[in-house]
Amino acid sequence: MERTGARRRWNWLLLLPFAGLLWVPLYARQTPELFGFPFFYWYQFAWVIVSAALTGLVYRLTSRGE
Amino acid sequence: MLAVFLSCIALVAAVGFLSSRWWRSDVTALEEWGLAGRQFGAVITWCLIGGDFYTAYTLIAVPALVFGVGASGFFALVYTILVYPFVFVVMPRLWTVAQRDGYITLADFVRGCYNNRWLALAVALSGIAATVPYIALQLAGMQVAMAALGPVFGAHASGWPLVAAFALLAAYDFSSGLRAPASIAVVKDVMIYTLVIAAAVWIPMRLGGYGHIFSAAARSLAVRPVPGFLILPPKQYLSFATLALGSALAAFLYPHMATSVLSARSARTIQRNAIVLPAYTLLLGLVALLGYMAIAAGLHPANANDVVPQLIVRMFGPHFAGFCLATIVIGGLVPAAIMAIAAASLFARNVYHASPAQEARVAKWASLLIKLAALAFVLSGRITYIINFQLLGGIWILQTLPAIVFGLYRRRLAAPALLAGWVAGTVVGTLMAIARGSVYPLHIAGLDLTAYAAIDALVVNLVIATACQLFSRPLARIQDGGQQPRQPSSGQIKLAVNDSH
Repeated sequence: MERTGARRRWNWLLLLPFAGLLWVPLYARQTPELFGFPFFYWYQFAWVIVSAALTGLVYRLTSRGE
Repeated sequence: MLAVFLSCIALVAAVGFLSSRWWRSDVTALEEWGLAGRQFGAVITWCLIGGDFYTAYTLIAVPALVFGVGASGFFALVYTILVYPFVFVVMPRLWTVAQRDGYITLADFVRGCYNNRWLALAVALSGIAATVPYIALQLAGMQVAMAALGPVFGAHASGWPLVAAFALLAAYDFSSGLRAPASIAVVKDVMIYTLVIAAAVWIPMRLGGYGHIFSAAARSLAVRPVPGFLILPPKQYLSFATLALGSALAAFLYPHMATSVLSARSARTIQRNAIVLPAYTLLLGLVALLGYMAIAAGLHPANANDVVPQLIVRMFGPHFAGFCLATIVIGGLVPAAIMAIAAASLFARNVYHASPAQEARVAKWASLLIKLAALAFVLSGRITYIINFQLLGGIWILQTLPAIVFGLYRRRLAAPALLAGWVAGTVVGTLMAIARGSVYPLHIAGLDLTAYAAIDALVVNLVIATACQLFSRPLARIQDGGQQPRQPSSGQIKLAVNDSH
């Protein structure tokens, strides 16, 4: 049972998207641009992928041994 | 264009009709909807949840806001990113409790958790009230899509798109309801993906690439009477972040979303879905950019909400435009029907307390009333951007968050305190929305705290609930001294067991 609790600690990784996206000054800027997208936009699109990857990672880490 | 439009609608109706004959069964509506989640594999579950989530909100409301105000409309992209980590962590826990105790609504859960019927009633009423403007958004979205077809029954009948939208919804609900099978969700998703990928590739090619679209949008937004911004200015940081956070926390509290989660096959299914559903988020981001494409294309619709249908008609040939407009109508219709039935079942189960024999009949009438209320919202016509319908719903539904999250994690607050918080939050949020709309310009001590009213109301909710808890504790101790100790509810005992592992 304690092992479940230890594994559940990985859930904290999922605060990263909240930090990265709710702290708006981090990305409310024009440059650097990517494929014509201002930073403000491609940064958000990049987080879609990163956030899904993080969630997938946490899923694997928390389901080990099940 | 009209012929293709009507053929697409007829085709989807045929698919729905045929497959509802395939999977006929007799269980009640709410459970049947749940069963869809249990009997189908991950792919179809993915379509079902994604299909409920990405609606006229994505296809019409978000691009309209981006067209009108620029960068701050992209809070919707942040919201649909953040919703999945939240779901991944919180919802499996809720599922585990609900599964064990046979809860199919959040009001059931709250009832079992706190053994307080007033708090359960409050949660149910919030769910129903919040669904009404969300359906209004779908109706308004279907309305603008059909209006883009042009005058069909004579130019004078300008009210026909809304009448048609409402009639379609009522007919669809009547014929299939929640039985509206997974096959429609799959067809609908394929149509939406086709539309979005075509739009995200073809339109920028015609308009000279994304770089050109962004710079054209920046120039045009800057010279508006009320200037918009391509890059979010500091004074909008707080409203942007609170709109995103508030919407993300609220999303899965809506009755139709909660039921889809609670009826999942396993807690792990919910988590797997939370990993792959962001594919829809990419889609939402691309659709949001249609707002800028419309600016770059030089569109000047009388109403910002018309912007996507007009862009489609301008950019695509008449056949594909007909297909796209049908896609938008289906994209609003299917979730609106599911929302109406989920809210109506909630009414029958947790407000009216109908017997199983009555349940279907009560739910049917409630569903009609809910749809009529949604129609009244659309007709009230005070709203510039239809996304405000959904934001208003968010203000109400978010006030149920403390009861649910505290119920899951730390039972620090008692039901009366939570109920007081709910009343305060709901009243304050509603007054703020009536006074200034969903984003309230709050100024405290020289600080500009303009933010999403749902978050302001949630803060009031939590402060009042905590205060009531602190002040009532000495009182409760006195009362407990004179009374028999109360029988703890079965939900509490079971939950305590659950907490130990």
